Amino acid sequence: MAKRKSDVGTLYKGSPGQWSWIAHRITGVAIVLFLFVHIVDTAIVGWGPEAYDRVESVYQNWFVRLLELGLVAAVLYHALNGVKIMLFDFWPKTTRYMKPLSLASTGIFVLAMIPIAWIIIKGTLELVGWL
Amino acid sequence: MATHTDERMEVQAPRGLLGTRGTRERPAGGFELWAWLFMRISGVVLLFLAVGHVLIMHVFEEGIDRVDFDFVAGRWDDPLWLTWDWAMLSLALVHGINGLRVVVQDYVRPPGARFAVNMIFYTLGFILFVLGTVVVFTFDASRWSGAV
Repeated sequence: MAKRKSDVGTLYKGSPGQWSWIAHRITGVAIVLFLFVHIVDTAIVGWGPEAYDRVESVYQNWFVRLLELGLVAAVLYHALNGVKIMLFDFWPKTTRYMKPLSLASTGIFVLAMIPIAWIIIKGTLELVGWL
Repeated sequence: MATHTDERMEVQAPRGLLGTRGTRERPAGGFELWAWLFMRISGVVLLFLAVGHVLIMHVFEEGIDRVDFDFVAGRWDDPLWLTWDWAMLSLALVHGINGLRVVVQDYVRPPGARFAVNMIFYTLGFILFVLGTVVVFTFDASRWSGAV
């Protein structure tokens, strides 16, 4: 059976734009759900040090540290991909370089995540006493 | 040629909204155009506010390990960080809830359910905005002795 082709690719094996669109959506929803919780936990600061420091101590858990890493990655990805979106939207000529620009924004994301992941994972390993 | 076009239309069902570059096409006008524009303007501001916030709180120096009541009290002693945090609270909430509205538009089809889901997010957003604003502007560390 011949594969159907179009000039923008098939729906799920298509242009990088489709993958980045899905990733943008997933990271966006994840961030806003975290934001809902985060406004409440930060608001506890208005109830004094004892209450706030107790809430803050959830970060003394290795699994929460990994979620923290995920959050930083989500924010960074969403931000960089957002820049790419605006580039295409406000300067349509840049869509001619869609592939290299997608590669560039993903590349910057991956490069930035290397030291960030190292810092957070190192902190997590120190927390559980493996380092 | 005609079949080719038909095929592409079929594969590219959500084309009108999505376009082919992973961005939403600019709406023609009205509220949707303003919402589209707002997402981009607030996005630029949040690029600095939210990415900066995340790096300061979770990556630089000791990261989250140094964040406690005294740390927050010290920061909120400075009008710059108060303004930063409140601007971020407002923009991120509106940006995030408008984003949810767009997602809901795509996945929740029945009008009643869509309205209900949107209203839940709007109400939650409003409550959180009020809560965050009150806490940011009424916070006074001196109420707890021993604090900064």
